[in-house]
Order: sequence, then structure tokens, then C-alpha cells
Amino acid sequence: MNLYEKTASELSRMLQSREVSAVEVTTSFLERIDQVDPHLKAFITRTAEQALDTAGRIDYFRQQGEQLHPLAGVPVAVKDNISTMDLRTTCASLILKDYIPPFDATVITALKSAGMPILGKTNLDEFAMGSSTENSAFFPTRNPWNLDRVPGGSSGGSAVAVAAGMAPLALGSDTGGSIRQPASLCRVTGLRPTYGRVSRYGLVAFASSLDQIGIISMNALDSALFLNLIAGYDPLDSTSLPGEVPDYTAGLEPGLEKLRVGVIRYGSTEGFDPEVTEMVQKAASLLEKSGANVGEVSLPLTDYGLSAYYLIAPAEASSNLGRYDGVRYGFCAGGDSIEEMFNRTRGKGFGPEVKRRIMIGTYALSAGYYDAYYLKAMKVRTLVRRSYEEAFKKYDLLLGAASPTPAFKLGEKTGDPLQMYLSDVCNITDSLAGVPSLALPGGAHTSGLPLGLQLTAPPLREKLLLQMACFFEKYSEQAPRRPVLDFIEGGSSDEL
Amino acid sequence: MNYDVVIGLEIHVELLTASKLFCGCSTAFGREPNSNCCPVCLGLPGSLPVFNRRAIELALKAALALNSEVQLQSRFDRKNYFYPDLPKAYQVSQYDQPLARGGYLEVEFEDGIHRVHLERVHLEEEAGKLIHAGDSIIGAGHSLVDYNRAGIPLLEIVTAPELHSGREARYFLEDLRTVLLYSGSSDCKMEEGSLRCDANISLRPKGSRELGTKAEVKNMNSFRSVELALDYEVGRQERVLSEGGKVIQETCHWDEEKKQTIALRSKEGSSDYRYFPEPDLLPLVLESSFIEELSRQLPELPARRRERLQEQYGLEKEEAFLLTANRDLGDFFEEAAKEYPDYRHLAKWVQGDLLYQLRESLKKVDELEPGLLADLLLLLDEGKINRPVAKELLAEMVKTGADPKEMVKDRGLEQISGRDTLLPVVEKVIAQNPEAVENYRRGKKKALAFLVGRVMAETQGRADPAELNRILQEKI
Repeated sequence: MNLYEKTASELSRMLQSREVSAVEVTTSFLERIDQVDPHLKAFITRTAEQALDTAGRIDYFRQQGEQLHPLAGVPVAVKDNISTMDLRTTCASLILKDYIPPFDATVITALKSAGMPILGKTNLDEFAMGSSTENSAFFPTRNPWNLDRVPGGSSGGSAVAVAAGMAPLALGSDTGGSIRQPASLCRVTGLRPTYGRVSRYGLVAFASSLDQIGIISMNALDSALFLNLIAGYDPLDSTSLPGEVPDYTAGLEPGLEKLRVGVIRYGSTEGFDPEVTEMVQKAASLLEKSGANVGEVSLPLTDYGLSAYYLIAPAEASSNLGRYDGVRYGFCAGGDSIEEMFNRTRGKGFGPEVKRRIMIGTYALSAGYYDAYYLKAMKVRTLVRRSYEEAFKKYDLLLGAASPTPAFKLGEKTGDPLQMYLSDVCNITDSLAGVPSLALPGGAHTSGLPLGLQLTAPPLREKLLLQMACFFEKYSEQAPRRPVLDFIEGGSSDEL
Repeated sequence: MNYDVVIGLEIHVELLTASKLFCGCSTAFGREPNSNCCPVCLGLPGSLPVFNRRAIELALKAALALNSEVQLQSRFDRKNYFYPDLPKAYQVSQYDQPLARGGYLEVEFEDGIHRVHLERVHLEEEAGKLIHAGDSIIGAGHSLVDYNRAGIPLLEIVTAPELHSGREARYFLEDLRTVLLYSGSSDCKMEEGSLRCDANISLRPKGSRELGTKAEVKNMNSFRSVELALDYEVGRQERVLSEGGKVIQETCHWDEEKKQTIALRSKEGSSDYRYFPEPDLLPLVLESSFIEELSRQLPELPARRRERLQEQYGLEKEEAFLLTANRDLGDFFEEAAKEYPDYRHLAKWVQGDLLYQLRESLKKVDELEPGLLADLLLLLDEGKINRPVAKELLAEMVKTGADPKEMVKDRGLEQISGRDTLLPVVEKVIAQNPEAVENYRRGKKKALAFLVGRVMAETQGRADPAELNRILQEKI
């Protein structure tokens, strides 16, 4: 078995017992990237040299007998909307094509101090706006399970990097499903922590009240290991949550007795693949058989939630993206007057989806429309939050689908923004409520494409999500864990 | 004039913090452009704001000093607009939930004391500064931008439309400045831009209750230019109206050179700032105990102090005004008054010679020990030194902080008032200046002054002038 097929926890153990060196591990992933990424296009920027440099340093420190973080030497891929010092951070936008941040995001500082080699920056929908990674200004990323399919988005690059063995762990960001939906489409584990659990400092803002950095990994234990590193209060982020961070890796052994699980009944299942609904029911009966109390919970506001989300997120985006005006950094198109410079820079620098959302958001915040749109959406958000509070009085955990369909074809929804928006329907209300949510492999569609389950817990109960994910990993019928990449000459031994 | 003038002011005051509102960058004035900047105040992608607690304290103190009602919960909002000096394309400000509501300031106008009401007091961040090629915003070929100022905490104070002339506006501003200086919230230096004032001004027919169309006047860089600009604008609007024209709602720029207001932009399609709650900051929730504590920390404010100075020290109103205009000067006076009982005399010295010497030696009053002035005046009252010597010693004292008693002792400056000591000197001077004596006898009064001067020279200025005069007149 190749090193790149190992999970982060396995690699961590092997590195700590000096079975392998960090350079060997990193080299294995870099070679894998060289081999498959030209087909998959998960990375915008690769940083092989820096990664090997870090790995070399970690090996040296380990030789010196220094106390190292369990993740020291375990490589990682980073979504390209997370600021990395001296390394360009493009947000997959022309407007930031050559932007090099002079500072590290708080999560990057954590990765660096733990000694995790950064393999590169992964592709996304421009400014994280999209559900297919097709809105990248540079190129789309392809789903390793079927190259004609999208990997989901916006953290498509990170999801593909992990799914295809190009990185054992990846950072993503989730505003309205951008970690969970691609995780589900690529058959990996995607965790969106509680809003505020992980610092947003350095995450390029899309919709500040919804944006959350999270993790894409091969399994729950890896997520736990990584969450231990990045979770916690950050004095640089006023919205980050104070309080102790538990050891997420401790006590992951699931015990289901008396666990109350609410299976989400969606207001409308229009557009849901029947196999998705079936998958959720199967998972529910597995839980029931294993001793959990399973009931049904309806979140009647789900439909309104989607509408509210597509007002609140664009409203905040219209403000957050105002700074890209060509004056200080990034792309500047010039002009004879300041207005002309603004207009040309933004006109050429932003792609169509970003422009669409800036327009929607500007409209929603405008005098005369504010009450009818933004304010009303905020009221819906409050109601959504309350309906979660109600649901969590009856249930410890909510179970649903992470995506209404398996991966769709490239180009299938690009002409119809509303259809594209609907692909986040399962994820969005969790985001509005700010609660933690996790997507995990839920089985295979008859087409062979992966399906994903989604678990949602009350605020700060990430541990419960990880325990439940461990349960499913152990007891549910597992589809193959990794895709067969038959475009690689001679195939590969990817299937476990 | 057939019109009533209605003026409301919008005042921006930079708070006296060492660092900016949302980051640790220095607020120092006059540094090299773009040297006091970081990812946060430059609005780099991914940066986030964090409150400066000190700025909130200073803002609250200012609000309390202005009798404004501090809100236990307030909120920050984004004011969105595009301008090169605004790094994030929005200013973090407060919209419908300001830090404090209402308030007033009692100001003495020519026709008596008026209570000028405030609408609100709120906290926001400063923008950067544009430097236009050719020094004027109009027709500049290019502009440079300095973000050192961006993110400095700014207090916005909005008055009710209750002022009626340029002079009233100036008086109000002067008093506002004094109160803010007392509260310690700002250094209020108009020339450095740490206190700025925009004015909304409109005219309406006398007796009418409906407000007329207003113009906004900006770029007034001193109290004097506020008065000039507003008076100019009153005149302009009056001309327009009396000629049957209409005032259009616009923003005007005060041109200090030409001494006139120039229309900058029409406000007819007024900007839509698309305010919405700043999602990067939590609402500001204050404990009432914290507000009470800040309230306790406030010093006695000028209006109250003026009254007290008049009552306690028997000062005239004018004297009380002068002594309260500067908090440190008032403190100095009151400290010195503990050791010197003739308060009126003390007040005269403080606002006269002392202020003069402080200006001359570029010193601040808080650098000087109040007890020293008391000692000096006691020496004078006891007749140990004469007035000219007292003035010289004051100058020395302000410059070096030297003790007047020591100086008198060390330099033998004590006044010579004994007849026995003075008589031989007077006789010597008379003998040496027969011509002057002769002139005096012929009625030339000036000659006496000359002879006094000679005796003073002989005694190094220490002779008691009264005694000296008596002996001289007796002898010639």
C-alpha cells in the first residue's frame, strides 16, 4: 500500500514511531499529485518545495528528539481562500490572481507551528460562491469518481485532493454547504464546526456571519485529530468562541444507548434523488437497530431558509467584496477617472456568479428594499435558529442527506443558477443556525457515484458528530473508499 | 433679514488612544505616509476587526460629559461606499443603535446661556487621507492616499438644528472642545484634523416652522473658518432666496483662500450607504456599573467649575471663564490658591504674567509647581521683593522650575526698603546727576523717573519703589 493511501492518523502513528520520514510521506503525496492532478485539477498552486522543506525540518527535529505535534509531518492541502503568507491566495478569482498576503490566517499559523507540510492551494468556486467548483476563474475541478461530473463546491479542490489521495487532510470553508456538499459528492468526510469554533482570521470573507473554516478528511478520527489543532478562541476574531477545546480524539468509540436521533423530513423533496432518501432511511434503521431512539423531525423552514440564505449571503458579500477596487492590491484595470478605474477593475476582475451575487446583495440592502429583503431574511434566520433549538430539545442529533443528488455533470447547472443554488438545500439551514454539521459517506448510488449523509448537532457538540461518524464507519456497509482512477496508465491498486 | 437661520453641526473628534479602533497600529500624527498600517486597517482580504477597549472608554466619557444617554446595548454597522481612502469600501460606524442618544451643552451666546441639544453620539472608524496633486480636490491630475489615519477611532457628535449664526456655531464648538478636553477623550486639534466640523445650514422665512432646503458645508479647518464659512453661506442663501431663487441641496467646500463656499456635488440623488449590521463584531453590551465607574472618573466639567470658581474664590465671570478654558490652568490656580489667600490677585497673575511666560518659553502649565507661584506672590506681598523682580523671577521659574525663595536668597534679590540703606544711595545719585535734579526742579517730571532708574541700577533693582520715591522727592 502506498503512503498516499494512508489516513492522516495512520501517517501520524508511522511518523511518530519513525517507521517513515516526513520527507517520504510528503514525497509520496507530491508524486501522487503529479500523477493525477493534471486530470483532476484540484490545485491552483502547488508548493512542493516548501512542503519538502517543512518535512525535512520535521525529520530533523524528530531526530533531535524534540517533542512534536501528532500531525507534524502529515501533509495538508489548503483551500485557496485561506490566506498564506508569501504564497498567493487567489480565491480562484482574476481579481486576486497575483495577490500575495503578507500574513498567515490563524489556522495556517497553527498548521505551520505543528509542522504540517502544505502541499498547495486548492481550487474553489470564485470567492467560494458556487456548488460545483465550475465558477473558478481558472479551470473546473473534476470528480475523481467520474471525470464528467463536478466534485461539488465550493471546496471542490480540497474534497478532490483528499478523495484522490493527493492529500490526507485538507482545509475547506463552508458558508452554505461548501465543505459538506463536495465531501458528499467525493465520498470523503467533511466537517463544518460550530460558527466561531475555528477562527476565521485570514479566511477571505464571502459572507462573514456564515463563513466557517472546516476540515475534509478520509475519516472521523482524522477530522478529530485536525480539529484538535485548529479549534479554539482567537483574539484576532471577535466572533470566535471562548472556552476550552476538548480532545476530540478521546472517547470516539460510539455508544448509541438512549441517543435520540431526529431524521429530517424536508418540507419539499422536489429534486431529491429517491436513492438519497432511501440512503437516509437505511442509516436511520441501522441506528435504531443499534439502540438509538429514532424519530422524525420536520424543519418546516428549510425552504424559506434557502431563500433567506440567498439574500443574507449575497448582502454580506456585496459589502465584503467592495474592497477589490484596484487601489491597494490585486488586479487593476486602470482608467481615466477613479470611477472608471473602479468600474473597469471590478467589471473585468469578477466572474459572472460573483457579479450576480453582488447585484442581488446590493439590491437587498438598498434603501426601500432593505426591510422587504435583508431584514425579512434576518427574521427568517432567527426563526430557523429557534426551530433548531426546539428540535434539539427533543433530539441529540439530526440525520439527513448531505446533498439531494449525487454529483451532477459538468455544465449541467451552469446555465441555471437557481438549480445550482438548490444543490445546497440540505446544508444551508445548519449554516444559518450556526450549528456544527458533518457529511460522511453514505453509500453508493446505482450509478456508482457516492452519496453522503449529514449529521447535525447542537452548538459545540462536534465530538458527538465525530462519534457518530465513527459508528457509521464501523457498522454501515462500506462502498469502496477510494475511486479507481482508470485514466492512470495500467490502472492502480486504489481499491481497498 | 427676513429669514431665520437654522444650523446643525456634525462634529468628528479623533479619540486620544495610542492605537487604532480595530488593530494595534499607532495613531501618532505626522508619521511617514502608510507606515502606521497593518492588514486590518488596510482591509486586506481575511483580516478582521477587534475592539480597542480604550476607545470605547474614551467615547463613553465624552458622551457622559456631553450629558448624552449611554445605551447599554449598541451595535456597529457597515456604511458602504466606494472611495479610495476607504480601504474596505465600507466604514464601520453606528447607524440605528448608537453608543449614546441625546445630550446637550450649555453655551453662552451674546443673548445669554442656551442649551444646545445633541441628537446622538456614536463611534466609528476614520478613513485614510487623500493628497491631491495641486492641493485641490477640484481638477487634480492624480491623488495619493495615506492610510496612517485609517482606523483611528472617531467620535461623531450630531447637534440638533438649534444654532442660528456662524458665531453661535463657533461658540458652541469652542465650548464643546473645552468639555472634550476636560473629559480627556481627545486633544481636539483642528489644525491636525483631530476635531472636524461639517455644518448643515438652511434658511426659512421668519416665523415659518418648516425647514428650508439645506446645504452641507465641509472643509472648515479652524473655529474662525467655521464662523466665516457659515456667515458666507447664510449670505449666499439669503441672496438666492431674496432674488426668488431656490437653494439646492448640495455639499459645499469652504475655500480658505477665496473665503467662499464652492459647490462640490449635488445631493439630489443622495447616496445610499446600504447600512447593515457589521457581522464581524458582536453587539457592544455595557454593564451599568462600568458606565458609573467612568462617570466617576470624569473631572468636574467647565460649566460647573466656572460657577464654583466664582462662588468659592469670589472671581469675576470673565476670570472664571479664562481659568476653566484649560483644565490644567484651572487645576494650577486651585492648587496655588491652597497656599495663597488673595485669590483675585492670584487669578490676575495666572491669566496675565503666567500665561505670557508659558507662551514665551513654550511650556505647559502642568509642568510648573503651583506652590512656587504662591511663594512668589507671598514674597511680593510681604514686601521682600518688588514687582519687577517678581516678574523676572516668574520668567526664570517657568523656564527652569527654580524656587523663588531660593533665588531670592542665593542672589540677594531681597527688596531694599530701609531708609538707612536707601538714603546714602539716593544722595550719591543726586550728587552724580546735578543736571537731572535741576531739570526736575524746573518742572520736568520725567527727570524723576530717570533718577529712580539710576537708584534702581545702583541697587540691582531691589529698591522698594514707594520708599525710594518718598526719599527722592524729599531730597530734591
